[in-house]
Amino acid sequence: MSKQSEVTWLFQMAWRDSRRSKSRLFLFISSIILGIAALVAIYSFNDNLKKDIDHQAASLIGADLVLSTNKQPSEKTEEYLKQLGDERSSEKSFVSMILFNRSGGSRLVQVRALEGKFPFYGQIETVPKGAAQELSNSNSALVDKTVMLQFGASNGDSIRLGEQSFIISGTLESVPGQTGLSSSIAPVVYIPMAYLQGTGLMQKGSRVNYSFRYRFGDPERLRKELKSIKTFAENASMDVDTIESTKEETGNTFQNMTEFMSLVAFIALLLGCIGVASAVHIYVKEKVASVSILRCLGATASQTTLIYLIQIALVGLAGSVFGSLLGLLIQQVLPAVMRDFLPIEITASVSYPAVLQGISTGLLVSIVFSILPLLTVRKVSPLNTLRASVDTSNSTPDRLKALVYFIIIIFLVSFAYLQLGDLKQAGIFTAGIALCFLILVAIANLLTKLARRYFPSNWAYLYRQGFSNLFRPNNQTVILIVCIGLGTALISTLMLVKDMLIDKVTTSSAEGKANMVLFDIQSSQKEAVAELTRGRGLPVMQQVPIITMRIEEIRGVTASEARRDTTLDVPARAFNSEIRSTFRDSLTSSEKIVDGAWVGKVAAGNAKVYVSLEKRYAERLRVRVGDEMTFNVQGALVPVIVGSFREVDWNNIQTNFRVVFPSGVLENAPQFHVLMTRLESPQQAAEFQQAIVLNFPNISIIDLNLVLNVLDNLMDKLGFVIRFMAGFSIITGIIVLITSVLISRYQRMRENVLLRTLGASTRQVLTITALEYFFLGALAGITGILLSFMAGWGLARYNFKIAFSPDLLPSLLLLISVCMMTVVIGLLNSKSTLNAPPLEILRKEG
Amino acid sequence: MTENILSVNNLSKVYKAGGHDLTVLRDVTFSVKKGSMVSIVGPSGSGKTTLLGLCAGLDNSSAGSVYINDIRIDNLSEDEKAGIRSRYTGFIFQNFQLLPTLTVLENVMVPLELRGEKDIKRGALELLEKVGLGERSHHYPTQLSGGEQQRVALARAFSNRPDILFADEPTGNLDAETGEKIVKLIFELNRESGTTLLLVTHDLELASRTQRIIRLKGGELISDLSTQPNQQ
Repeated sequence: MSKQSEVTWLFQMAWRDSRRSKSRLFLFISSIILGIAALVAIYSFNDNLKKDIDHQAASLIGADLVLSTNKQPSEKTEEYLKQLGDERSSEKSFVSMILFNRSGGSRLVQVRALEGKFPFYGQIETVPKGAAQELSNSNSALVDKTVMLQFGASNGDSIRLGEQSFIISGTLESVPGQTGLSSSIAPVVYIPMAYLQGTGLMQKGSRVNYSFRYRFGDPERLRKELKSIKTFAENASMDVDTIESTKEETGNTFQNMTEFMSLVAFIALLLGCIGVASAVHIYVKEKVASVSILRCLGATASQTTLIYLIQIALVGLAGSVFGSLLGLLIQQVLPAVMRDFLPIEITASVSYPAVLQGISTGLLVSIVFSILPLLTVRKVSPLNTLRASVDTSNSTPDRLKALVYFIIIIFLVSFAYLQLGDLKQAGIFTAGIALCFLILVAIANLLTKLARRYFPSNWAYLYRQGFSNLFRPNNQTVILIVCIGLGTALISTLMLVKDMLIDKVTTSSAEGKANMVLFDIQSSQKEAVAELTRGRGLPVMQQVPIITMRIEEIRGVTASEARRDTTLDVPARAFNSEIRSTFRDSLTSSEKIVDGAWVGKVAAGNAKVYVSLEKRYAERLRVRVGDEMTFNVQGALVPVIVGSFREVDWNNIQTNFRVVFPSGVLENAPQFHVLMTRLESPQQAAEFQQAIVLNFPNISIIDLNLVLNVLDNLMDKLGFVIRFMAGFSIITGIIVLITSVLISRYQRMRENVLLRTLGASTRQVLTITALEYFFLGALAGITGILLSFMAGWGLARYNFKIAFSPDLLPSLLLLISVCMMTVVIGLLNSKSTLNAPPLEILRKEG
Repeated sequence: MTENILSVNNLSKVYKAGGHDLTVLRDVTFSVKKGSMVSIVGPSGSGKTTLLGLCAGLDNSSAGSVYINDIRIDNLSEDEKAGIRSRYTGFIFQNFQLLPTLTVLENVMVPLELRGEKDIKRGALELLEKVGLGERSHHYPTQLSGGEQQRVALARAFSNRPDILFADEPTGNLDAETGEKIVKLIFELNRESGTTLLLVTHDLELASRTQRIIRLKGGELISDLSTQPNQQ
């Protein structure tokens, strides 16, 4: 046969053979449809996100140039800033308490005092419209809609910030660059800059962020000036943002998110691939007779293998096209799913590269994952035509099989590399996936073996029959446990993490522990605040001084030297952040010295000052015990020696510090104080907050109950996204389940028919089928929940550092749902075989 | 070139079973002349089907050699043996062995397609006409009765004009009447095409209608007799 006619014949045979099993072939491939759909949806979403960031970057930042700092700019800096750009706007932002005069409610908000016409691009959306433009004219304020809702406030109500009252002139709907989520965590209140002074909140030591925003009429001018602006900003410890850098930063932020999502989609695809491999395995078993006839008639091993490979590839292509179309549909809902995390409006246009990528990935995976089971076709003996069962198993290692495994690994690593752009991460991802699958397969095998070993032989016949189907030949137990188990594990882990986080905060506010933190207390207010607290019968559980400072030198190296010379082993970023430190003569219960020696007091005279650093912070600074450092305490330089490293239990709700000074050094430095107390009822909390805000308007309050609510809200939103993504894996599991049920029904059919011929009623056969799927669902559910408990234990022990005590009720409910779902799908799919007349099937089988 | 189409020399087949050697065929030697019709008979388990499988290159022997058209096939690779089958042999099986997903016509065409032959449809249809199934060419095997399926198998077996036809209990799954029709058809087609026939059967009446009977018992050849008067 010539090469060309051989190829034609192979395609012809593939087509002929598929005619009577097209629907079944498509069923195999349907397992990957959802994975492809998820990939295409996320690739398209990613493409659109990039385009939209490019288009909307200007309104994201609201200006051509933004300079920001948390240090009060010097006069010289102010002079410089005044001459930049064609239009200017400045903002001072800080956290403070807001008091609603009508309801008496108060909460912590982010106050932004605005001057100038910000934003130059995009807009601050308010109800009524245009309220932002009117802001500078009066003592009016714009208040975030979530806070308005919380306190039942409406436009026209008055609020109090510090010592100044403001009329709410508008409700903030959206602010440039802010997501729905960030507004619920730190709601914003805009006030005119001119009225800031009147609040009395700007005092020495207050933590304020200064932003200076500019519009450049001529973008070329900005390009020319940018270099010198950056140099100036670096020296003045200011951050510089432009539209370009915002594009990049926003892109980077969301790249992580889309990478995560495409990897989750890839996992769904992988589950589907395993489904394909397992389905093809059964399909090939059924084709052994045809293959041996063809071999007998003179077809070569490679010809027969190619016939089925062509079939699978063509159906894989059809499945991928279908999956891509479905992906384009799913893509329409992604922007809604992700809305709370996105600072921009996402369009949902068709991305052709994404569709192409989806189709090629689908084609590739259907080929790669079906080759493994198809390899057995090569070994089918023509002798099968003469004898019903010929053992073609070969104990010698198969090189081709090893090569296919190698190709699969290369494919996985390459795919992960394409998503992550880092070979090491891609390797870790692949190894992680492999480990996860191995654990699932191991658990599945173990459970199946245990089921066989401890077979309940004293059970009633129907139960025994249903149970033993789990480990009979051609069972789908392992593949289904892997698919449904992984989906269950993802959902169960999510539930456990949510519980752990909530528990953690709840435990923190448990009886006897502080649940309200007052900060920004001036030294002069310290006693009065404590008095007010005690006066209401509340305990003053902790009162700690806090001094803000920066690092000036590490081992004699300054910030600019560290930036210039990276060989000095001093990280330049260590100098950027403001440090909040304290002084005391003893350790707290949540601290432990792990290196060096604790020095609680400075000896009189010019004795050396030994500070204690938190261990992980010290590692980031790359300092050792005995190193010299200099701190800039609001202008005064304080040289110190690193005396010890502490391990700090950050989980305790109490004031913990990275840097602790001994007493006798900072007593006279400008400082503010933190006070912790405990309130028993929400009513008591509201009254106490109100009293504090009225008497000491500069003091901010963190109410742990509010934190708990915010956390709950955050977890709900995050949970929705994770559930959405885990949904792909679960639904793929369901499709694999349907596929497996449909495939195995041909095997079960004969058995069921024989049972019915022997006198079993439909109800009895139905019970056996229901029990089989119940056991299958139970094993898969238990495997998934076990895996999630392993993950939960690891997270509790190493990440959250709390005892792992899962609530068993939600897990039990999840297990019941998985079982019920499996039984329903199993029964629905087996219905047609249960209703078929016995003779019809016996004739076919004969 | 000899006048033998098939030569079997000292052929043995040993299976490993439960750590023991099980000899199913021992030191069998015979040859078959071109155009002749030979039966292999013997009780169940005597090694008939094993011998047929080895002669057709469907299985590997433990010792000895097999020649088809003077080509030694027992030491060829699987694909080379497939090539030999495609060029020189045809098969009829007890359980018909039609490809269930192919139509009747396609089943008949497959051997020719495997040889890369062109314009084969007419020949295949003619063969189907000969076996009386011209009208059923577009049916699938499951839509046919057992006898009809075996007639399709016959048409397929003769489609590549084989030098030798291997038949394994061709009437074993059919009733007496249908079986008789099939036997007549086999002999008729065989005579027309001058093909050699090697028939495995336990039906002595059928065997007696061939020119020669080889008897097997316990894996050994116990007799090789001509059914024609005055011939060995």
